[in-house]
Amino acid sequence: MQNQAIQVNGIEKSYKKLHVLKGVDFEVEKGSIFALLGSNGAGKTTIVKILTTLLKQDGGTATVNGFDVAAKPDHVRQSISLTGQFAAVDEILTGRENLIMIARLRHLKDPHQVTDDLLNRFGLTDAADRRVSTYSGGMRRRLDIAMSLIGKPQLIFLDEPTNGLDPEARIEVWKTVKELAANGTTVFLTTQYLDEAEQLADRIAILHEGTIIANGTLADLKKLFPPAKVEYVEKQPTLEDIFLAIIGKKEKK
Amino acid sequence: METVNKHFLSDMGVMLERSMRHIFRSMDTIITVTITPIAMMLLFVYVLGGAIQTGTDNYVNYLLPGILLMAIASGIAYTSYRLFMDMQRGIFERFHSMPIARSTPLWGHVLTSLVSNAISVVVIILVALMMGFRSSAGVLSWLAVAGILALFTLALTWIAVIAGLSATSVDGAGAFAYPLLFLPFISSAFVPTESMPSGVRAFAENQPVTSIVDAIRALLSGQPVGNDIWVALAWCVGIMLVAYIFAMRAYKKRA
Repeated sequence: MQNQAIQVNGIEKSYKKLHVLKGVDFEVEKGSIFALLGSNGAGKTTIVKILTTLLKQDGGTATVNGFDVAAKPDHVRQSISLTGQFAAVDEILTGRENLIMIARLRHLKDPHQVTDDLLNRFGLTDAADRRVSTYSGGMRRRLDIAMSLIGKPQLIFLDEPTNGLDPEARIEVWKTVKELAANGTTVFLTTQYLDEAEQLADRIAILHEGTIIANGTLADLKKLFPPAKVEYVEKQPTLEDIFLAIIGKKEKK
Repeated sequence: METVNKHFLSDMGVMLERSMRHIFRSMDTIITVTITPIAMMLLFVYVLGGAIQTGTDNYVNYLLPGILLMAIASGIAYTSYRLFMDMQRGIFERFHSMPIARSTPLWGHVLTSLVSNAISVVVIILVALMMGFRSSAGVLSWLAVAGILALFTLALTWIAVIAGLSATSVDGAGAFAYPLLFLPFISSAFVPTESMPSGVRAFAENQPVTSIVDAIRALLSGQPVGNDIWVALAWCVGIMLVAYIFAMRAYKKRA
């Protein structure tokens, strides 16, 4: 058994004249949380699409759970799950119906049992029979991630999982991601939020202008940056802390 | 690949169930695809019908084939809409990254189109029966009618797929259906083409709806069908094949 869940070598991709990926290399260890950091339009989603077999690369190779994404896409799809940038839930169906649908498409023996367990685990039991269109952003994201967990995939892709969520919902998602990793699932996530990568990831890679310009643990990366920059990153959670503290006080009253 | 193929039918069942829920939970869809054609039928029979000379004493019999085609044309606009919405939201990406056949979501929409249009056709025929529609057609003729309507639905569905995949806005995804909705008006669906001015008549007599309407009308009234049925079938199959090729090309490109 090899220890790498993902191996990417020299991946290139262009959209017409736009050269988005110019030779991307990285590896993701099994059971770890890997964060791909980059600004909007850096090509994070393109990498996710290539690794989840939605898009073919122009050059280079990528292996997911030991299978080449271009040559064996069916094998790759057996062992992965994708939670895309926009919540991939069916708004017209209820939360329960969404989960049952995915469980049936994964050909599980007892879709109803699996669904009940997940609803419970993600705190959606009370909302289970309401249409998803009535859900809040955080609930939608939780349902989205719950749908990705059906069939116990070894590797989960989360493309900007907290984009557009309020701070409370973000922390909920972070908790979920940490639980996943604690249970041995490999998590590949993309984000543009520095604190998110800092909070969650075992390893962080920074994608900039088509290549990985830095790759390592948080401690490794901290060494690369001048202290002033690190301080700025650490300031952000303080406002969040204040916000959450005020909210928390209000709720207690 | 084997496991993927083995589950193709049950996966299609899941997709069908999903889209049928969308339809039954959308008042707008039900009103447009079933209530509106029925209202048109009521309007033409009880308001305008008295003034229309068709040479038959039962105008419901004359009108029904055209109404059925209009219902199908409005039904497939929603196929396009549902496909477009699926592409917009992330749900297609989720399906495509799952171990199911890549074409399952698309064929699910095509199957839903067939099933939902069949349901509205049956409902409209039942209402027509209450309004005095009578047919001397035997089982074989009814089967032939069902076959033509299914082919017509498939042909328009593949056009709808092209529209749904290539549209850039919700409005665009449904707009292509409006010309299709008007075709029955410029055909033998409501009035005999002999009553039209020569230019319009030439168009009416040579466009697909007229031959399809005439073929269905002849089958339902037990008249000899003649060439109409072959012309009708040629139109349906021709449109279906061309639209299918372009739709599959669009699907490979987009999804």
